[in-house]
Amino acid sequence: MNFNATLIGQSITFIVFVWFCMKYIWPPIMHALEERRKNIADGLAASERGKHEQQLAEERATEILREAKVKAGEIISRAEKRASEIVDEGKVDARAEGNRLLIAARAEIDQEINRAKEDLRGQVVTIALAGASKVLEREVDQHTHDELLTKLAAEI
Amino acid sequence: MAAEPLTSSSYIKHHLTNLTYGKFPEGHEHAGHWGFAHTGEDAQAMGFWALNVDSMLFSVGLGMLFLWLFRKAAKTATADTPRGWQNFVEWIVEFIDTSVRGSFSAKNDMVAPLALTLFVWIFLMNLMDLIAVDHIPLLASLLGVSHLKIVPSTDPNITFGLALPVFFLVLYYSVKIKGLGGFMSELAFHPFPKWMAPVNLLLEGVTLIARPLSHSLRLFGNMYAGEMIFILIALMYGGGVALGAFGGLLQLGWAIFHILIITLQAFIFMTLTIVYLDMAHQESH
Repeated sequence: MNFNATLIGQSITFIVFVWFCMKYIWPPIMHALEERRKNIADGLAASERGKHEQQLAEERATEILREAKVKAGEIISRAEKRASEIVDEGKVDARAEGNRLLIAARAEIDQEINRAKEDLRGQVVTIALAGASKVLEREVDQHTHDELLTKLAAEI
Repeated sequence: MAAEPLTSSSYIKHHLTNLTYGKFPEGHEHAGHWGFAHTGEDAQAMGFWALNVDSMLFSVGLGMLFLWLFRKAAKTATADTPRGWQNFVEWIVEFIDTSVRGSFSAKNDMVAPLALTLFVWIFLMNLMDLIAVDHIPLLASLLGVSHLKIVPSTDPNITFGLALPVFFLVLYYSVKIKGLGGFMSELAFHPFPKWMAPVNLLLEGVTLIARPLSHSLRLFGNMYAGEMIFILIALMYGGGVALGAFGGLLQLGWAIFHILIITLQAFIFMTLTIVYLDMAHQESH
């Protein structure tokens, strides 16, 4: 173990190497690392932003879906209301129509009854005349007894 | 060396001797000439103005390897998906950056590259320890190189060569941030009251000087001891089949454990550097 000029040689070499490293090795590598760190940070921020936007879009989609559901519900309830209204209207119409038909039928029936009554009355007059002529066995003047006979027929 | 009989101690000594280039001292057979030392004693005798060629060669080579590999990644570094080598480099850079941010509170663009250089370079130097102790020296001896220590961090010159610039940086930033007066008052008026300034100065001075010493010796000691154990294990290969097999097992175990140590030592050296520089940047205690 003896000291000699190697000491000085090594010191000089050391200083030169450190200078070289400081000048040509460290800065480019650190620069690249820094740049990559920035790129990664940017990428992460962008992905964070994207995630946020996606979340917003999802929220919006949910909102739209909810609105659509509400609207659909409204439409359905309106349609149901309308349907029941139509049914009600139909019922009212039908009832009115029924009444109308009933009244018409009744009127017809009354008419028929009256007509039948008229017929009957006429026939009764004829029958009564025939009966009376049979009973009296003589010709009865139709003109003289017409009033009587009509009164009789009206009573039947 | 080849002429001497190969004993355990000469084997160890051989492995722990650097290939030193310097001027042979007076009284040597090659006195006055420049050349490679043949023995450790020769190297010692060459004094300060000699160079551990193997340490320098491997240290500079590994440092260049580090710079080249990382420069390759730095040139193609983009913010796109990293792949392969760039990914690995970014992982290390990120790790260093986190460590620096964790321990260094002031702002100084030099600390992080300094820490990166220290960590990877020391790790690579320590990594040489995992290559079997005899392989490369044997190869070198075939090429006529007498000594070769391939782990630069087992050479105290290398570890001091790393710790001293760090120490000077600490001094520089201490004076720059706190001013000379601030730095001196930090040394003199702490931890005891002001009237005990000489005692404080002595205590803090010793602490200050001890830092680069412990800083470099910690790395050197760990790597030297680890290398020594590898050499001792390698000695077992000469002791028959049973001992050799046991040695192989030991070497495997120690190498696996050593992977942890080399990384840890590189990390400790780097962290201490950051901490020392951070202390230099602190305005006051």
